[in-house]
Amino acid sequence: MTTETVNADDVRHVADLARIDLEDAEIELFEEQFAEILEYFDSLDEVPAVDADEELVNVMRSDEPHESLSQATALKNAPETDDDYFKGPRVS
Amino acid sequence: MTQAARTRELIPVIGLEVHVQLETQTKIFCGCSTDTADADPNTHTCPVCLGLPGALPVLNEAAVEMAVKVGKALDAAIPEQTRFHRKNYFYPDLPKDFQITQYDNPICQDGELEITVEDSDRLIEIERAHLEEDPGSLKHAGGSIDQAEYTLVDYNRAGMPLMEIVTRPDFRGPEEVRAFLEKLTEVLEYLGVFDADRDGSLRVDANISMVSADAVAEDDSIAVATLEDTNRTEVKNISSHKGAQKALAYEITRQRNAIRRGRAVEQETRHWDESRGVTVSMRSKATEKDYRYFREADIPPLRVAGWKEQISIPELPDARRERFGTEFDLSDETASKLTATKAVADFYESLVGQFDPDFVATWTADVLLGELNYRDRSVESVDRKAFADLLELVATEAITEKNGAEVVLRSMLDDGAHPETIVEREGLGKTDADAVATAVATAIDNHPEAVADFHAGEDGALNYLVGQVMAETGGSADPQTVNQLLEEKLTS
Ligand SMILES: [Zn+2]
Repeated sequence: MTTETVNADDVRHVADLARIDLEDAEIELFEEQFAEILEYFDSLDEVPAVDADEELVNVMRSDEPHESLSQATALKNAPETDDDYFKGPRVS
Repeated sequence: MTQAARTRELIPVIGLEVHVQLETQTKIFCGCSTDTADADPNTHTCPVCLGLPGALPVLNEAAVEMAVKVGKALDAAIPEQTRFHRKNYFYPDLPKDFQITQYDNPICQDGELEITVEDSDRLIEIERAHLEEDPGSLKHAGGSIDQAEYTLVDYNRAGMPLMEIVTRPDFRGPEEVRAFLEKLTEVLEYLGVFDADRDGSLRVDANISMVSADAVAEDDSIAVATLEDTNRTEVKNISSHKGAQKALAYEITRQRNAIRRGRAVEQETRHWDESRGVTVSMRSKATEKDYRYFREADIPPLRVAGWKEQISIPELPDARRERFGTEFDLSDETASKLTATKAVADFYESLVGQFDPDFVATWTADVLLGELNYRDRSVESVDRKAFADLLELVATEAITEKNGAEVVLRSMLDDGAHPETIVEREGLGKTDADAVATAVATAIDNHPEAVADFHAGEDGALNYLVGQVMAETGGSADPQTVNQLLEEKLTS
């Protein structure tokens, strides 16, 4: 059973980590929704144990170079670019 | 020392996280080439290292082999099973918004590395060493990180294979840190998994706190509780052995002054500003918990404990130094110089069979390395065959040692000419005995005043005459022979 509750501060912290600005009303809304989502996990406890597929191990490739994308292709889908670069927000 | 004085004395406690780039051909999770030195930005990327939806990372086997070699060299355990995790954070250098790294089950655990500082040996414990991918590189448009209006991102570096080597807080001073980094990179180069000359191949973060001297036990250990109770700073952005020593010396002084003035040392991350020689607070608030590590489901676990037996590693610097000492009868100092890098040791060992070991050692460790150091060049740039020919000329006394070192070697390094060509061009071939005898006779005839001075017991006179003979023979005569000959002639 879920024992931990989600409060407004938790929502703010998670939003902060995700770099999302939330209005107070949204915080309230997400507080409720978070709680609901966490409850879904409780239902996993009711799933009976099944035999899992055997896990793969040591999946590796040899160290051989493949052709990379062209710069134009790499930058094609970027919302913003500047000459040879992807353009991102300032960070500090 | 009184108890009170001991309490006031503060000892630095330092632990390191060393990131080294592994010398694979391709990135750690994709086939993009790691050869990006002269490449334009964003020309070494693919859907995997750009983090495009649906791309599947596949681990580079060579990176795992190298990690096992590192583990073996550091005498670490390779656990039965090891796996990868996602470390989540948002920053423009991270295209997927998470970094694939290892968390609770790193590939190397509990190793050690012995260092020597001022003739005493210290054993530094390695807590863990794990594999991870490098983020991309950022350029802050419009100047410094805090003034930039936006960031330019190059993902060529994203996905480069890194190994992060984490030590226990075993260092008690900046000199030990520097010695450790020198030793570690030496070992990694011996293993052939690391290239110190590659741009950005070494990055160091250092944790540092100051504890009172009486908290340090006899065996140099410090109680975990003491360390947990003491605020520490994490200094980032260190990229060289020397930089590490400077950054830590600065940080020790900064913390010591704060404590002396009764101010608390803040637990924080600080950035080493190499150009200004200071550490600056980074105001970062993320804690380990905020990274929300979870298992990387795209990469199945590794079971490579058995590789430790299967993969062989070359003789490491300490062992080679010892062997050089006994096998070639060299002093500790010379053996150390010759084994400091694998390239020099290989160079020496490839020549030692042809000549007297001591002779090759002097010519390699003292003469050649000195000239290379002066030119900021490495031994790899030396034509080994040409150098052997030069040694042959000196060993057979076809030219003097002095001319060999000062004329032939220098010219060989600077214009790439062959030793024989230089000897001929500069007329350095040792003058035959007759010519020397003639030059000696001429010097005596032409300088009666010096001869008189010699007989009057004046010290400088003989040297003066030797100089005249050397000038006459164009420096090709052997000064000692000339000396002897002159003395014989003058006293007979
Ligand atoms: Zn790629």
